[in-house]
Amino acid sequence: MGLALGTAAVVLVVLLWELARPTLKRGLAGGLELWAAHRRGSAPAGYDPGRERRAEQRARSLLRSCVTEHDWAMYRDLGFLRVWGGLGDSGRGADAAYAYLIYPHKPIVAYVPETGELLNEYCVAFPDHSKPYGSSRLPDSDDVLAKWMALTADERRLVGEANMHLPGRQVDPDRVRRDLVRLGRWERERDNVRAA
Amino acid sequence: MKLLRMKPGHGEIVLAEGDVAVPEQERELIEAFRRELDQGMWAAVPTRAPGGRREAELVKSFAEVPRDAERVIFFPRAAGGAPPATR
Repeated sequence: MGLALGTAAVVLVVLLWELARPTLKRGLAGGLELWAAHRRGSAPAGYDPGRERRAEQRARSLLRSCVTEHDWAMYRDLGFLRVWGGLGDSGRGADAAYAYLIYPHKPIVAYVPETGELLNEYCVAFPDHSKPYGSSRLPDSDDVLAKWMALTADERRLVGEANMHLPGRQVDPDRVRRDLVRLGRWERERDNVRAA
Repeated sequence: MKLLRMKPGHGEIVLAEGDVAVPEQERELIEAFRRELDQGMWAAVPTRAPGGRREAELVKSFAEVPRDAERVIFFPRAAGGAPPATR
């Protein structure tokens, strides 16, 4: 009796599977199509990764032509620029009481070079509202250059336009501290190479 | 002198190019300069400070551009705020 019931159950399951299989296959295929369409739809209209790469290459060339060889090498090797603060008594230069780190599309971070203490974050952006390719966002290196030009030309004005926050609001303070260590090591190595 | 403008998705584009000593070319440069300022752009002239330091100078009119400047770079004016955190 038990054996007969078990066999019947197995046959029933197989029959149900055979009946449901085409429906399940169609449902799965439709789900995959929907997911693919959703992914296509989430990319910005007209987004072309090749164009963005070419734009970034042009932006890097422009940045390189505007800053010193030392600053260009810093950005190339470390991914950020340091700008000495110019509003202190000692003026802009290695003796400045404070300095800034400029990251692409992130707030500018002010810090004390002597101690490494982080002072503030200055949230500032340069949105191009004409959105020529559907985006108002400049290439990374153009964003860095815009910050660099605005800081070196009129630090007070840029700081006035920015939203000031305590460190850690958007940029991870540990990352900044690591970057300051990297910067110190990088500069020592360059000095050593030059001395040799 | 070249007038350049930073553009999303493109990098810089040349808006105008000319010799400021040639009146007609200077006029074209001035018109292009005004158009960008009217659109709310900031204009900066990259400079070399004494001792080899590089800086930039923000200018608000064509008259403020040094006559020997090789280029003026236009970029969108700064706005407070930044993209969402990506820590």
